[in-house]
Amino acid sequence: MWSPVFFGEATLVSQPVAQEKIKKAPTSVPDRLFSSLSQASAATILLLLSGVAFFLTVVGWSGIFGDIEGMSGSDNFVEYVGPLVFGTVYAATLALLIATPLAFAVALFISHYAPRRLAQTLGYVVDLLAAIPSVVFGIWGITVVAPLLSKNVYPWANDNLSFIPFFSGTASTSGRTMLTAGMVLAMMILPIITAISREVFLQTPRLHEEASLALGATKWEMIRQAVIPYGRSGVISGAMLGLGRALGETMAVAIILSPSDGYFWSILTNQNSNTIASNIALKFPEAYGLDVNRLIATGLVLFLLSFGVNMLARRVANSGFSGAAG
Amino acid sequence: MTATMSPPQSQVSSLTTGKMHRAIPFAICAFSIAVGVVGVYSIGGFKWGWMAIVAAHLYLLLVTIASRVIEDRRQATDRAMRTVMTIAFTTVTIPLISVFWKVIAEGASRFDRKFFTGSMRITPEDMLAQMEGAAVGGALHAMAGTLIITAIAGIISVPLGLLTAIYLVEYGKGKLAGAVTRMVDVMTGIPSIVAGLFAYALFELFLGPGTRSGLSGGVALSLLMTPVVVRSSEEMLRLVPNELREASLALGVAKWRTILKVVLPTAIAGILTGITLAVARVIGETAPLLVTAGVAQDINLNPFSGRMTTLPVFSYYEYVQPGVPPETGIARAWGAALMLVMIVAVLFTAARIMSHVLKPKGLK
Repeated sequence: MWSPVFFGEATLVSQPVAQEKIKKAPTSVPDRLFSSLSQASAATILLLLSGVAFFLTVVGWSGIFGDIEGMSGSDNFVEYVGPLVFGTVYAATLALLIATPLAFAVALFISHYAPRRLAQTLGYVVDLLAAIPSVVFGIWGITVVAPLLSKNVYPWANDNLSFIPFFSGTASTSGRTMLTAGMVLAMMILPIITAISREVFLQTPRLHEEASLALGATKWEMIRQAVIPYGRSGVISGAMLGLGRALGETMAVAIILSPSDGYFWSILTNQNSNTIASNIALKFPEAYGLDVNRLIATGLVLFLLSFGVNMLARRVANSGFSGAAG
Repeated sequence: MTATMSPPQSQVSSLTTGKMHRAIPFAICAFSIAVGVVGVYSIGGFKWGWMAIVAAHLYLLLVTIASRVIEDRRQATDRAMRTVMTIAFTTVTIPLISVFWKVIAEGASRFDRKFFTGSMRITPEDMLAQMEGAAVGGALHAMAGTLIITAIAGIISVPLGLLTAIYLVEYGKGKLAGAVTRMVDVMTGIPSIVAGLFAYALFELFLGPGTRSGLSGGVALSLLMTPVVVRSSEEMLRLVPNELREASLALGVAKWRTILKVVLPTAIAGILTGITLAVARVIGETAPLLVTAGVAQDINLNPFSGRMTTLPVFSYYEYVQPGVPPETGIARAWGAALMLVMIVAVLFTAARIMSHVLKPKGLK
């Protein structure tokens, strides 16, 4: 049910219905009223979105260029937001690296391996998961995942893999690390990537699949020859939309991550770069004065970041779908 | 062509020769699990997780080797990939089951009368009882807040989204329609906290700094809800056959009446489903409400002034600031989490049933 429609992909697939032009249809007053009402709503959408950029810029302006004396900490804005952007991108990338292969496999399992009746139920469950509130994932992550990993996995990884910079440092005993945050984020974006990938996999022309099987291909060979080429762009754009979601995800990171100031590559320690969204959630309720404006300015940065990723996703999807349909 | 292309084949050609016997994978599976159990047990204490990991990898390895020996390289790859997919799927299900299990197990303990009838305005007597470990405090104020704020978001988003969808499908041509379509796409990607900051900035400019109210929370949520309503309604309106519109217009019915009396009733099932799912999406939002509606301890039914708590925000604060002793606060957090999950599940099921029941007969 969380078909691509809900992730804003619908426009890529559906073609506008051809409208018959009736030149001299009599237009009554209610007719004109209704049409201008709907037009006004459409214009409101444009207004709303430009409003987001406008108000964030207006209020955030003094947070970027305002007097540093009035803010906590002595960093200028670039120094302040740099580690946050790094943390945001780092956590989201980590989540994406974990989630994409799994989502790919799960989508393929649901679309091509699971029995048909079961597949429908599974699709429903995956959709439901996309709607589970992030705060639930957050408190689940800190009470279940963090202790589990910090007890069983982190010490081992720290002992044996510390020659890789990512696993160096002192392993966290609380489990409130970048890796835990990335894993929980991965759980949260997995349903989105899965839903979109599954949708595209299911759209593979049946004749392509049957042709491949008729030539003697095994199931996996059929999938490689017919399904994956057809669905590749769908998976990529799904992953990009998942990345966009992960960039903006707030509560799970705010609850799980133990943040520090600065850039940190290690994923097993208690010192982690915070993400923009989580930083806002943690500091905003108690912030006052220019700090509020600065936090709003970081929100603007986040908006631009996820805007860029979404644009990229759409470009990929557009180029891919037209090729696949041909 | 067949004569030149046919590869040299062995004379014994049958559909079943060279195929692994059906029982072999099961045997390997049983063997792997046995090795997993014994191996993990002998190394140091039995652990389900390690057992499953060992068994899964062993099975993958053995089944590939067996297939390579009995069948051929291609079949071996096929079996390996099938196993990998199944393992990946199982790996994903485990944490998901764990989420549900944990939420139900922890949350059920606070599903008592107090939870549904009381707020967090705790009397000194309750405070003492809490020290002794009694379950005090409730989430009534958060439930009321969730209802009010979601209702505000719905009141803004549903007409706005539906009318925009009608514009895009029935009237939209040219630049405005194209721009709106693209902007709706952009809106679906807005991080929820940014929506919250927008509402905060908006209300701060007009009402002064530090303003917190249920209304601004509703505005923030409507920013997240509108694109979902537009997308789903648009999709459903496009499914309405053009013949219906043409028939109505040909009978001399005005366009606005055609839309209201023919197009909308035909698409109503899908539209209601979409709205329900949109509600399910925003009802669990925490971050935008954290910065707009804030947190309150008492019931506040006035969305125009004062802080207002919702269930997700309540759950978050009860977890990070549980009070003394922490167990009671954390129990309240899980209780609210369970309630949220139940609300989302109910909304989803309702949407499903609605799309089946309300579907017009012609489209069934």
